[in-house]
Amino acid sequence: MTPELMEAGAEARARSFTRVVTDDGPVFNQGVALYVEDLKVAFDGFQALGGLSFTVGVGELRCVIGPNGAGKTTTMDCITGKTRPDSGRIFFGSNLNLRTMNEQQIARAGIGRKFQKPTVFEALTVAENLELAMAGDRRARVAMRARLSGEQQDRMTELLHTVHLADERQRVAGLLSHGQKQWLEIGMLLAQEPKLLLLDEPVAGMTDEETERTAELFLSLEGKHSLVVVEHDMSFVATLAGAQRTVTVLHEGQTLAEGTMAQVQSDEKVIEVYLGR
Amino acid sequence: MKRAALIAIALLLLLVPLLHLAFPPGHALHLSEFYVGLLGKFLCFAICALALDLIWGFGGILSLGHGLFFALGGYGMGMYLMRQIGREGQYQSDLPDFMVFLNWKALPWHWALSDSLVGQIFLALAVPGLLAAVFGWFAFRSRIQGVYFSIITQALTVAAMLLFFRNETGFGGNNGFTDFKRIAGMPLNTPGMKVGLCIASGVALIGCYLVARWLTQSRWGRILQAIRDAEGRVRFLGYDPVAFKLSAYVISALMCALAGMLYVPQVGIINPGEMSPAASIEMAIWAAVGGRGTLIGPVLGAFFVNGTKSVFTAVWPEGWLYVLGGLFIVVTLFLPAGLVGLARRFGK
Repeated sequence: MTPELMEAGAEARARSFTRVVTDDGPVFNQGVALYVEDLKVAFDGFQALGGLSFTVGVGELRCVIGPNGAGKTTTMDCITGKTRPDSGRIFFGSNLNLRTMNEQQIARAGIGRKFQKPTVFEALTVAENLELAMAGDRRARVAMRARLSGEQQDRMTELLHTVHLADERQRVAGLLSHGQKQWLEIGMLLAQEPKLLLLDEPVAGMTDEETERTAELFLSLEGKHSLVVVEHDMSFVATLAGAQRTVTVLHEGQTLAEGTMAQVQSDEKVIEVYLGR
Repeated sequence: MKRAALIAIALLLLLVPLLHLAFPPGHALHLSEFYVGLLGKFLCFAICALALDLIWGFGGILSLGHGLFFALGGYGMGMYLMRQIGREGQYQSDLPDFMVFLNWKALPWHWALSDSLVGQIFLALAVPGLLAAVFGWFAFRSRIQGVYFSIITQALTVAAMLLFFRNETGFGGNNGFTDFKRIAGMPLNTPGMKVGLCIASGVALIGCYLVARWLTQSRWGRILQAIRDAEGRVRFLGYDPVAFKLSAYVISALMCALAGMLYVPQVGIINPGEMSPAASIEMAIWAAVGGRGTLIGPVLGAFFVNGTKSVFTAVWPEGWLYVLGGLFIVVTLFLPAGLVGLARRFGK
């Protein structure tokens, strides 16, 4: 066999091995839920991410902190398919290459995202918002005749209690308070039954009591889901991270430090750029 | 409000034909043929307003090219009506007059089904439906939104108008089709036929209204509204907005084509003027005046605006465009929910 033919064969094999079948869910056989390696993104010459790498384990609750412009939201955008990175690798489980998938495919594979600014569908009621988010067939043709099953109705009631909106079921979402909208969005995220939850500043604009309840909720999800929480609020991060959980500190688009809250807080570099001098 | 409007339309649909047929001309209660035709026209316009509301009011997609789908439906029916003239035209030929005038010897290929009513009804729906599907797929897949979508739909209808103006296209050039004699072998100018077409338009409107109501109350309708308010968020829930926008656009185009099909035998003419930008923009005004996103609003808007137009073009013809412009400004500034919003405000 000529070398050319052998090379062509190797290429063809490589292609068929890296092909992504998007209908299959992620495979978590390596114990890793999210794998990010050497991610680079530049916007008009500004290097938003300069070779970011980190991994999130299955069932792990990971906190990500960092000053403004550290690349926290850009990282979320890359994972969910909103922004296309210039280079690097992002894998969901050991098999799904997220760089080859679009937003809706990534969402269907099991990654749910909560935005910094709460975005609920303001013209619809609380129950309708949850219904749209609920896991199920996403095709337009099916949606024309879709009805909630009894099981889904029960799940809806359960969700409404979880996010403390049981009394607001038929209320139009646009009339909710800011904190309630945040809760509704968390409810929508849970309704999607994602395997990985990305939460971008989930307690922004919440009262102390609401913040506390949110922390309790997230801690109760640990183990069942993998969570990545991006947050500015240090006391909230401290509550979530506790003594053992890992905290990742971002700075200028790279991982600056990683470790427990105590380790991170005593890290020289972190004190310099983030906790301030 | 909704119920009152529906009852009013049903009453009109019963009373106008009854007063026309039951009392002889000259009787105090006789309604002339003119009013039957007027009601039939308004019913067709109401279908267009409803169709536009489905994608604009619920999907947030403002199409300024729906006149194209209306006209294509009309042309589809017009081709059949032209063939039904038979040898009674000016030139007493088997071919339609304009073809004889152009010295054509045979029917062009796209007239192959023109002897069959069923065939032409099929074409009158399939062609606009397919056009909307192909055009919409490219537009929505490229994420063309807002005013850009409005502009390219407007451009599309203008391009089609220029195409239909040409004699070689085979649609009668700028004169279009007219001088129709009969449909399915029955003469068009009898009172019974006029009433029949008017009632058919009313049934079509009610049918479209029920379909639109079923669609907008389904999960599909809620997703469409969600896309209108926050398209990006819908994507992150795993829905593909293209599929929803495209299905809404195609259904809306089909409704407009149906309206055009019913309109042409009633007014007796179809020409490229129906594809002019003004015709499509007027449809948007009917929907806006009535109240977007309410279904019944655009139906009322079509009746209200066209009723006012009929009065003004009789009383003060040169003033109509000022009134129309003024109406649009007043609605945009003070009545964002249109007539329905006004009624709701007084209802409280």
